[in-house]
Amino acid sequence: MNLTLKIWRQKNANSKGEIVEYPISDISPDISFLEMLDVLNSQLIPAGEEPVAFDHDCREGICGSCSLYINGEAHGPDRRVTTCQLHMRKFKDGDTIFIEPFRANAFPVVKDLVVDRSAFDRIQQAGGFISINTSGNTQDGNAIPISKHAADEAMDAATCIGCGACVASCKNSSAMLFVGAKVSQYALLPQGQVEAADRVQNMVAQMDLEGFGNCTNTGACEVECPKGISLENIARMNRELVKASLKG
Amino acid sequence: MSGFLKSSIGRKIAMALSAFFLMVFILQHFAINILSVFNPDLFNEASHFMGNNPLVQFVLQPVLIFGVIFHFVMGFVLEFKNKASRNVSYAVNNGNANSTWMSRNMIYSGGFILIFLVIHFIDFWIPEINTKYVLGDSSGLLADGSDYRYFVELQHKFIPLWRVLLYCAGFVFLSLHLLHGFSSAFQSVGANNKYTQALKGFGKAYAVLIPLGFIVIALFHFFNNSH
Repeated sequence: MNLTLKIWRQKNANSKGEIVEYPISDISPDISFLEMLDVLNSQLIPAGEEPVAFDHDCREGICGSCSLYINGEAHGPDRRVTTCQLHMRKFKDGDTIFIEPFRANAFPVVKDLVVDRSAFDRIQQAGGFISINTSGNTQDGNAIPISKHAADEAMDAATCIGCGACVASCKNSSAMLFVGAKVSQYALLPQGQVEAADRVQNMVAQMDLEGFGNCTNTGACEVECPKGISLENIARMNRELVKASLKG
Repeated sequence: MSGFLKSSIGRKIAMALSAFFLMVFILQHFAINILSVFNPDLFNEASHFMGNNPLVQFVLQPVLIFGVIFHFVMGFVLEFKNKASRNVSYAVNNGNANSTWMSRNMIYSGGFILIFLVIHFIDFWIPEINTKYVLGDSSGLLADGSDYRYFVELQHKFIPLWRVLLYCAGFVFLSLHLLHGFSSAFQSVGANNKYTQALKGFGKAYAVLIPLGFIVIALFHFFNNSH
């Protein structure tokens, strides 16, 4: 495949970026999108050019490191996959492909296609955990009865890998699908209910502090989420916040 | 509770609650207006009741005005805040791949509805308030006292073609707004469950049929009385 890549290049967080065009040829349709960028970098480096910086780690759709806004969609045109799982067979010979970083003020660009998603870490630190008594008599989690339905729903929410595609896809840069999933995965389980009120209030407060926008229920996040996190989690977070606020 | 109303989710829920109130109001408004097509006398009776009942005039009407203003002001405030959360736009953004045009353009459909509402207030509400509370005529009767004035006033308003077209356009934008807004309001208050799909279907029917009904009323009076 012969392609024209239009890639966002930005030297560092403070510099002004721009779209730069790179023609690339003989790309196998069987390689992944990140491997295609590896091929590009393997051509740029010998030519004395700065390689394109992009985030990646596990390359098997688990870690949530890879990002990229490809032809106007987070993780590209395929569904339920991260960029590392996106294959070049999803494109046609002669295509022009726009590759941009995830855009949101809360996700500032570090370099080229790499963005700082530590806002998600700070939201997690604000309440996305359960406090465990480590005095030596901690109850075995398996000894607590949990319905299959609740366990399944909690697991579905917990599959969120925190990649940020929800924020990137949302016209408002809202992080509510991410926060909704993290609130839900604990709220659905007995171990998480003890701190449920503080959790939702603190996580939502941190989310607002980070400068994410408001959810207007367009549903773009759910469609673009590589793990298929449902909007039900946002509804549950809203209910949890109302409950917590009424408790005072 | 004040913290709740300052949070992004609190504001979103407040928007939804005002939307519920407005959707019930629109239904009630339609129920009375459609009487003008089938039974002008009943339309006159209902209009007179709504215009003179103290509960409607001095409790529901101020709540309605507050609800309308709140919904618009909060809608614009949230839109500006949301726009400010992404300073650098995408070079290419394929919104159609993951969301509906209606959901992404609520501010524009809402903005047109606001323009329509201003004209609607000038057409009907302000003259009504002037007649009742400035001129002090709460009789609801025509100048010659032969009948109620409401149906005749309605007919006169729908004689000019420009107004009929403007009202029809307003109702089209209302429909576009409701096509997303109806189910969105339920999602905002946390109602997403096994009934959601059915609710979305009902919402679409509401969003199409009620504005269409208003259009039918406007066209009925335009064709029936002026030509």
